[in-house]
Amino acid sequence: MGCIESLKYEKILPLGASFKECREYVEKNYAEVWYVEPGYKLFDEYIIGLPPIALGIEEGTKITFPYTKPCHGTYLLRIEGQEEVERVRKTAKTKKQAGNIR
Amino acid sequence: MTDPVSPHEKAIIVLGCPEVPVQQALALYVTSGLRDRGADVLVTGNPSVLGLLKVSDPKSVYIQKTLVLETCIAEIVEKKRDCTLCIVFAHNDAAIAYAATLRHLLPGSRFIVVVFGKDPEPLAAEINFPCETLVEKAVHNPAQLKAKINKVLGWVVSRV
Repeated sequence: MGCIESLKYEKILPLGASFKECREYVEKNYAEVWYVEPGYKLFDEYIIGLPPIALGIEEGTKITFPYTKPCHGTYLLRIEGQEEVERVRKTAKTKKQAGNIR
Repeated sequence: MTDPVSPHEKAIIVLGCPEVPVQQALALYVTSGLRDRGADVLVTGNPSVLGLLKVSDPKSVYIQKTLVLETCIAEIVEKKRDCTLCIVFAHNDAAIAYAATLRHLLPGSRFIVVVFGKDPEPLAAEINFPCETLVEKAVHNPAQLKAKINKVLGWVVSRV
């Protein structure tokens, strides 16, 4: 298992955001949204959260996703990773596009 | 609901951030009670909460097995670990997210979420997954939650 702190990331929503706020932000602000179940592995970390967990993809290379720390809550991170974007597109279960989930 | 713990129970106790005092007391109490009834108990949480427990129980009288939460979740995802009973202590949004994750990963386990702290009702309202919930406004006094835990686990205790 890796450590998210070792990756170069941007904070989209700060620590202390609720999980619901993170999901709503992704659904509202990203044209390409994929949904995964808790325990999905992303950047060598198992994603924590209330299912379904929304991941936002932009510019084809950046993923925005919720990351939870036990003492601090959840925040949204954006990390660049072409390979992870491709893997999400192949393995995530559902995708929302232009308001439709398929 | 009363459902006694079986002697062969394999339990995981999941602790949240240690900033609310009742959690420490209840973690020791629940682990001790489960072990007294023959259960195999693992306590998981972040390094801070596990460190507090180890200092409180230097001879490992109550708590023997511990594991950092991230490692525990990784082992469950990778099918290296499971349990028949999972009890999650939750007093913030993050703990509910961890509870939801573990519920998803342990679909066959009996699953109990203990929601506490200064304002537990809104947190309890976030729970949208199947589980038993114990909800109590509790920060320093564990008595009411202890009584609810006794009831849900079917423990009959003396009033000493």
